[in-house]
Amino acid sequence: MTKHAATTTQNKVERTGDAMKSMWQRAGVMGAAWAASQSALAEYAYNLQVPASQVARDVFHLHNLIMLVCVGIFVVVFGAMFYSLFKHRKSVGHKAAHFHENTTVEVIWTVIPFVILVGMAYPAAKIVIEMKDTSNPDMTVKVTGYQWKWGYDYLNEGIHFYSTLATPREQIDGTAAKGEHYLLEVDEPMVVPVGKRVRLLITANDVIHSWWLPAFGVKQDGIPGFIRDSWFTADKIGTYRGQCAELCGKDHGFMPTVVQVVSEEDYKAWVAKKKGSAQAAAADNGKTFETAELVARGEKVYQGNCAACHQANGMGLPGAFPAINGSKVATGPIADHIKVVLNGRPGTAMASFAGQLSNADIAAVVTYQRHAWDNKMGDAVQPADIAAARGGATAAVAPAAAAL
Amino acid sequence: MSDAAHAHDDHGHHAHPTGIMRWLTTTNHKDIGSLYLWFSLIMLFTAGSMALLIRSELFEPGMQLMHPDFFNQLTTMHGLIMIFGVIMPAFTGFANWQVPLMIGAPDMAFPRMNNWSFWLLPVAGIMLLGSFWLPGGAVAGGWTMYPPLFIQGGVSYDLTILAVHIMGLSSIMGSINIITTILNMRAPGLTLMKMPMFVWTWLITAYLLIATMPVLAGAVTMLLTDRNFGTHFFNAAGGGDPVMFQHIFWFFGHPEVYILILPAFGIVSQIIPTFARKPLFGYASMVYATGSIAILSFIVWAHHMFAVGMPVSAQLFFMFSTMLIAVPTGVKVFNWVATMWKGSMTFETPMLFAIAFVCLFTIGGFSGLVLAMAPVDIQLQDTYYVVAHFHYVLVSGALFSIFAGIYFWLPKWTGHMYNETLGKVHFWLSVIGMNIVFFPMHFLGLAGMPRRIPDYALQFTEFNQIATVGAFIFGFSQLIFLVLVLKTIKGGAKASDRVWEGAQGLEWTVPSPAPYHTFETAPVVK
Amino acid sequence: MSLAQTDKYYLPQPSLWPIIGSVALLTMAVGGVMTMHEINHGGWVLLAGVAVLFFMMFGWFGEVIRDSEAGRYNKQVDSSFRWSMSWFIFSEVMFFAAFFGALFYTRVLSVPWLGESDTMQQLWPTFKAAWPTAGPGLTADGLKFTPMEAWGIPAINTLLLLSSGVTVTWAHWGLKKGNRTQLILGLAMTVALGVTFLGLQAFEYHHAYTEMGLTLGAGVYGATFFMLTGFHGFHVLVGTTMLIVMLLRSIAGHFTAEHHFAFEAVSWYWHFVDVVWVLLFILVYWLI
Ligand code: HEA
Ligand code: HEA
Ligand code: HEC
Ligand code: CUA
Ligand SMILES: [Cu+2]
Repeated sequence: MTKHAATTTQNKVERTGDAMKSMWQRAGVMGAAWAASQSALAEYAYNLQVPASQVARDVFHLHNLIMLVCVGIFVVVFGAMFYSLFKHRKSVGHKAAHFHENTTVEVIWTVIPFVILVGMAYPAAKIVIEMKDTSNPDMTVKVTGYQWKWGYDYLNEGIHFYSTLATPREQIDGTAAKGEHYLLEVDEPMVVPVGKRVRLLITANDVIHSWWLPAFGVKQDGIPGFIRDSWFTADKIGTYRGQCAELCGKDHGFMPTVVQVVSEEDYKAWVAKKKGSAQAAAADNGKTFETAELVARGEKVYQGNCAACHQANGMGLPGAFPAINGSKVATGPIADHIKVVLNGRPGTAMASFAGQLSNADIAAVVTYQRHAWDNKMGDAVQPADIAAARGGATAAVAPAAAAL
Repeated sequence: MSDAAHAHDDHGHHAHPTGIMRWLTTTNHKDIGSLYLWFSLIMLFTAGSMALLIRSELFEPGMQLMHPDFFNQLTTMHGLIMIFGVIMPAFTGFANWQVPLMIGAPDMAFPRMNNWSFWLLPVAGIMLLGSFWLPGGAVAGGWTMYPPLFIQGGVSYDLTILAVHIMGLSSIMGSINIITTILNMRAPGLTLMKMPMFVWTWLITAYLLIATMPVLAGAVTMLLTDRNFGTHFFNAAGGGDPVMFQHIFWFFGHPEVYILILPAFGIVSQIIPTFARKPLFGYASMVYATGSIAILSFIVWAHHMFAVGMPVSAQLFFMFSTMLIAVPTGVKVFNWVATMWKGSMTFETPMLFAIAFVCLFTIGGFSGLVLAMAPVDIQLQDTYYVVAHFHYVLVSGALFSIFAGIYFWLPKWTGHMYNETLGKVHFWLSVIGMNIVFFPMHFLGLAGMPRRIPDYALQFTEFNQIATVGAFIFGFSQLIFLVLVLKTIKGGAKASDRVWEGAQGLEWTVPSPAPYHTFETAPVVK
Repeated sequence: MSLAQTDKYYLPQPSLWPIIGSVALLTMAVGGVMTMHEINHGGWVLLAGVAVLFFMMFGWFGEVIRDSEAGRYNKQVDSSFRWSMSWFIFSEVMFFAAFFGALFYTRVLSVPWLGESDTMQQLWPTFKAAWPTAGPGLTADGLKFTPMEAWGIPAINTLLLLSSGVTVTWAHWGLKKGNRTQLILGLAMTVALGVTFLGLQAFEYHHAYTEMGLTLGAGVYGATFFMLTGFHGFHVLVGTTMLIVMLLRSIAGHFTAEHHFAFEAVSWYWHFVDVVWVLLFILVYWLI
């Protein structure tokens, strides 16, 4: 905790000329002291998470300040009340006074709270303005919420990937021991360089999600069809974890946000690697695959993208998500099957996957669905068929939100 | 009742229906009040059982008892039923029983419509609860019904929308009835500024209801057409905006939370002077504070939406206006304390619940204030901190005031005193249980546990376990309440007309139990 | 007709009508949901519910009229009716406010947002924000419609409704003077104007759907247009029906110069519907 208190002071030096300085100082010190007394337990188990950005730190201190003021008022008001409860009871023979209506008193207890509130509003307003200022970023990442994963587009680097829960099913069902980062781990975290001002363009594909990283003090709803922005600058290298913070359907609780903050060099290396694998993936779209290859690849795609709703056994959930096993679509004309996956079914949870999956992946997953379980159709689709079904560029470029 | 019935008009000779038909067709405000209160109690156990299921699933990490979608159904229905099926009907039940008694009116202004207002509620209840058995189950989109998630669901979503319409109709008719009764049927001499506080708070609540329920109806109507008739109100592809729903919803929703607390303020303002044996400290300022809360409640709605990404100016406006509400609410709290000050207090169960109300509601108010600070809310929105906040204002606020009111007026209604020991046991178990459930939720929220999740990361385990244990203590202590109410109706010490030593007001001038018809000739108030 | 008013506030006997009304609404809701989800016989269930509702209204309102004719409603009851009607109209105002709010929000806020800065660049690159619009997605998909022009049927309808406000007031003067002919004539004219309004609106809707591509599905413009004018039209329908009842009751000689709140309530309602229309005309039709 001392380490934290040190950052606080340092950060105060940076904010010279701050009119609220003394208030900040008091709150910061008291907050840190109070938190430190609790530090035997998990870090900050009784307060906000350890901040890892300036904004989060400001919010942390603001919260401490407000808490202290509230606790103070509480003690005064209920101190008086409990005193009265003990002294002014009939059983100790207290006789009721008969005073009532006193304008002076009423004015006093109207004005004092008002003044206190003004004192709270001032620092809060400053932080609001700080939070909302997304100008001059060093880099910009577009974040898209899907049911139930996050998509990241690094607009400057042209990198694009999805980030899905990595906790194995068995841990959730209780058939395996739960790992340290149970439910807070993903297959591919967002990666950012330390100390850089990162601007986020947040949106969603199907329903409203909310991208939340407590340590950075960022929470921003992704609204389908709209872009909202937010920003953070991470202080320190490390892995930071949060969760989707807006009810988004069945697997809302299984949609973590994980950010890995790395050094400038590591970030460069990561970018290079990502670009390489993107090229490989693009190459796949031009290939023709063996059916067995497609089925094997499709199973992976299915588990990653479809099983949340249609279930690993293809049986769906009656009433909510239809079974693929034995479905008329998956055993009917192949073109219709592709169409459902490409366009989704507007107005239902079945979103368009045109923007999410590559042609190779769509070909694979469709083939897989037609082979798996009792479907056993025996036919196959190639990436080229998907390209044809997309009918040119529009579907690939148009935002998936258009298909809502 | 027959004597009274003879006197009142030329229809008086008709035999009143008995058995179930009495209740189905009744136009008597006391009967209807009882119906509301029973409905509310049944719904409390229904929605409370859902809460216990929620807490059971959350006892430890991992999915143990149910499917995530079913969990969301429970959360949604728990919220909807607690608000629309428990708290609002209970307050309306109080209004039905007490408003005519307190203002010296023979009944409500529109007795037949009064009956309909009630009998629409079971209809809505059937529609909501019945949807659990439909394909796809009940609604799982949260009680706030945000699109586009709410657009995705199946049959039960449309049924729920229509149920909301019907509940809205019921509330609007009920409120028009109450307002008209208060404005038009007061006993001679009972001027507005002499009305009991409970009547005042209901007058203002009814106004809020009439102003906001139609707005909710409009919002869900747009949901319905977006779902079924191809409109694009909440869909950007058609030029709409999902966030627009939130604005309209919370324009209703925030006044709604004061609808859930103003009558509670009224009940508590009746009880504290009675047991302090001292008049309410600042009657006029209490009235003005209630009015200010009502007016302010219309301009703060977007504090539920700080994380949707509003312009800075909007963020600041809604933050400031929300904070302002602490001022009139503070006036109320200070007035209650000042009323107790230098009183001659006794601590029967109604008073105990009223004191707990003042103290614990204030905790909920303070956490509300923390949430009102937009930057802090960014961290806390949609976490268990919010859950803690609103259960403090709703459970130890609204629900406790309802308990207090029942204990306070039950002797007048039944003619019997309740069992004081049982009442005190109920009180202590409730207060302790309630704090064990909801206090740890503050810490969960601060540490980052989102709400509406069926499973959670390991660091949240301990506090969740404490909360679950508390929930069972709190839940099962409500069975004591049920037993107590049933026993009091069946028998018990005879209650005097005044019932409480310090009781003031017209309702205490009629016999206990209050006869079927009261104040057929208006009393005169000096 | 008797005016033997008592000094007691009238308290009606137990009544079956409310519970019948509840059954009606339950049936209607279930039938409605069945219809929307294309479940067999949904339409019949819905219709059955509506039938029961009408039965209830006839029964209930009939009883109210009989109570009134029997002179059971004294001054205080009359004043209750006045309060309640005013509050009811206030609730209607708030209901329309939700839809006007939606119009304001989409037109002034969400549509411009869709056409500017990041939202436009990232998500709707071809969208040009301008009102009226079917929105970026539908427009990109090729949806086209013609917005409704104010200076045709809508302007005529404005004249019709405004004059109907005059005729109903004229009828009221007649009633207050005890001039039955003026009362009945005024009401009959009002009804006729209301019916004509509805006929023209039906024609306008038909035209919009068949020739202008303007439907409920035509983005927010279509949605707000039809919701606002549709709910208004529904209110005109209800108002006209009530006016017809008033006409019949006037012919039956129910109203006296002193005692005719039912008539006044209907005329309040009619004026309210009138005002809403003027707002609609300005905000929905005229200022596009
Ligand atoms: C009875 C219901 C009730 C009441 C009375 C309140 C009262 C208040 N609420 Fe609460 N609220 C809810 C029910 C209620 N709320 C519900 C149900 C939700 C969640 C909805 C959902 O999303 O599902 C919610 C959510 C909610 C949020 C959104 C949180 C989020 O989702 O991120 C906010 C944010 O501002 C808020 C603020 C407040 C404030 C400032 C008050 C104020 O009125 C409190 C005022 C009282 C006091 C402050 C205490 C007494 C005052 C004094 C002793 C005077 C001195 C004090 C000072 C000077 C500080 N509430
Ligand atoms: C007045 C309103 C009210 C009341 C009284 C309560 C009461 C309780 N609530 Fe409530 N709650 C809400 C309103 C209310 N809640 C709302 C609005 C939400 C938000 C919903 C949403 O997110 O959309 C919510 C959400 C909510 C959550 C968050 C769920 C989530 O985010 O996933 C939780 C979790 O613990 C919870 C718990 C409880 C508990 C333990 C009680 C206890 O007080 C309940 C006590 C239990 C009983 C009183 C029942 C007793 C039953 C028995 C003893 C069994 C016997 C049975 C029979 C005889 C049939 N509630
Ligand atoms: C968020 C939930 C969700 C996800 C994820 C999802 N689906 Fe679906 N899917 C649905 C729903 C809901 C329907 C039914 C739509 C309807 O009612 O018409 C559906 C329907 C389908 C159908 C038509 C079935 C039939 O018999 O009508 C196919 C095929 C399909 N999905 C394939 C996929 C594929 C392939 C993926 C993954 C790449 C996928 N789905 C991912 C929810 C989902
Ligand atoms: Cu995504 Cu919650
Ligand atoms: Cu609020």
